[in-house]
Amino acid sequence: MGSSNYEPTSKAAKWFEERLPILGLIHGTLGAGYKAPRNLNYWWNFGSLAGFMLVVQIITGIVLVMHYTPHVDMAFRSVEHIMRDVNYGWLLRYTHANGASMFFVVVYIHILRGMYFGSYKSPREVLWFLGLVIYLLMMATGFMGYVLPWGQMSFWGATVITNLFGAFDFYNGMGESILHLLWGGFSVDNPTLQRFFSLHYLLPFVIVGVVILHIWALHLPGSNNPLGIDAKGPGDKIPFHPYYTAKDAFGLSFFIVILAIFIFYLPNIMGHPDNYIEANPMVTPPHIVPEWYYLPFYTILKAVPDKLLGVVAMFASILIFFVLPWLDGSKIRSAKFRPVTAFFFWLFIANAIFLGYLGTKLPDEIMIHIGGGLDALTLGRIGTILYFAYFIVIVPLVSRMESTKPVPTSIAQSVLDSRKEA
Amino acid sequence: MLKLVKNIGLMVIIALGGITMAQASGDSAYHLKKNDWPHAGPFGKFDKAALQRGLQVYKEVCAACHSLNMVAFRELTALGYSADEVKAFASEYEFADGVNDDGDVKYRKGLPQDYFPAPFASETEARDSNSGALPPDFSLLGKSREHLSMFTPWNSIYGEDYIVGILTTYHEEAPHGVVLAEGMHFNEAFPGNQIAMAPPISDDLVEYADGTPATMEQIAHDVATFMYWAAEPKMEVRKAMGLKVIIYMSILTILLYFVNKRVWKKVKKGDDLV
Repeated sequence: MGSSNYEPTSKAAKWFEERLPILGLIHGTLGAGYKAPRNLNYWWNFGSLAGFMLVVQIITGIVLVMHYTPHVDMAFRSVEHIMRDVNYGWLLRYTHANGASMFFVVVYIHILRGMYFGSYKSPREVLWFLGLVIYLLMMATGFMGYVLPWGQMSFWGATVITNLFGAFDFYNGMGESILHLLWGGFSVDNPTLQRFFSLHYLLPFVIVGVVILHIWALHLPGSNNPLGIDAKGPGDKIPFHPYYTAKDAFGLSFFIVILAIFIFYLPNIMGHPDNYIEANPMVTPPHIVPEWYYLPFYTILKAVPDKLLGVVAMFASILIFFVLPWLDGSKIRSAKFRPVTAFFFWLFIANAIFLGYLGTKLPDEIMIHIGGGLDALTLGRIGTILYFAYFIVIVPLVSRMESTKPVPTSIAQSVLDSRKEA
Repeated sequence: MLKLVKNIGLMVIIALGGITMAQASGDSAYHLKKNDWPHAGPFGKFDKAALQRGLQVYKEVCAACHSLNMVAFRELTALGYSADEVKAFASEYEFADGVNDDGDVKYRKGLPQDYFPAPFASETEARDSNSGALPPDFSLLGKSREHLSMFTPWNSIYGEDYIVGILTTYHEEAPHGVVLAEGMHFNEAFPGNQIAMAPPISDDLVEYADGTPATMEQIAHDVATFMYWAAEPKMEVRKAMGLKVIIYMSILTILLYFVNKRVWKKVKKGDDLV
């Protein structure tokens, strides 16, 4: 975290700082002591928004737990008890449920911003890893949280996703043993619900820990910026407070308006109606779909004909982000000066959204009526190949061969240049 | 050049979006009629008269087979009834209340804090009385049968439309070529078209207390309104609070925009560099 040149102004603060220098730590991390590049754009707001959502999820979650009962016979009813009888229970639950979705929206933008502006490149690789670890923990936490209301999609989603781990059947009975460990029995049942509940409460605090590491790793090299060049001279940097605290406050306030629209006016649009039917192991819903934030990976899973390879491809589609710093061989970070890279970046996003859309479809559903028709499975396979080709072929080649545009010598210089133009 | 690349990227996104939309509007399996609901939209409020009529239909017709487990009598004040009227309504029901000295079950009159009693004591009894089918509980049907579409919201089907669809699209005889299983009825809106429930409503099935003509469409509309209220009883409080939150946060956002602009004024122009 920020090294401190913090000078307490009040006597009390000075007394405290000599005994525990935590005020200096905050000052150097989120206060005037942290010097950030002067040219950060609004895409840099999403880090603080993600931090805000983590706090919102933890606070609403802790209060929801006060009224929730993690038992197969009572979980569903206790959620409805929260919705109907608990004071502002509907607000807590809708905030928590939509907050989870918005947390993922914010984190996806945060990750993609890092991709576009080359924030994963040296010297920020460990910062990038820690971010990916947070994302993986969020995926696990989100999945287990969705199981807790014990609706139909909770139960069947849990059944489908846990069964994936049965694919790791490398020697006799291994897959089954993994499943028994996950379930705490021979199928998704009360022990599963209870261990998911326990872990759903634990993991957010693990995320908090990794977030602290993430910020620590950020402050060593300092923030990247839209130009992707190192901030060197004093003219390149400005104190985090008041500049970025003001900017983050404005961004946060605007974001809360968007969040409120979902919570108060579209509270169920991100969920599945089936989850308002209590879990019933005897009735399989016609169409089991995960939460939207897993959909692209769900399509990749379905695209591979072999179960084990499908699971491997699904995990690989996320884990491949870890090697991105080495797949990208460009000396320039920001895609602002790498037009071909920028083009493929937007293509990658379009493809990922399309994969997500296909995730909601049945494999044999005809999507495009050309000739005999292209079904969702075929398109999913094309999308999957494109997805991996982006990492394995496009990024390594383009980053090494592309002719880049001239990069400004310093951040301050680029400001002065735009002054002249204006 | 950069602009061009950006534009190409955007075009690809729009093209892909176009494909998804074109196909999404083509494949809808539900041909349910969309109705205008007074409680829809950001300012929508429940039609209390319709809710009261819906309650009457539930009590006189639906409650013979369908439970309403999660709704308590006390909540009926939301339909426009006074506390005394709710008390009187509750007292029409009887509840088991322990045993007397002889070991016989005692009964007491219902109280506002009681929940609507279920018509059947167990799932088995319910299935036995309904040729093997289980009449679903009404508490959440209004929300559990809707098909909200995040990617294509204009294709969303709301639970109330589905309920009206089920109640009004029975065919007296199955279309040519469709073989119904024993005890099943043909229904257009029901997935698979074969439903165990016999046509539950018809014109003038009830005599409305407020004198509204009880056409089949009217009854379906009132029941659907009532069921949506049962599923989402806090809707009005939610929307009212949402309005306040959004107005408050919008004003704050505008203020913070100017605060931010002012804080950045010098730095933005680069005045500190010259």
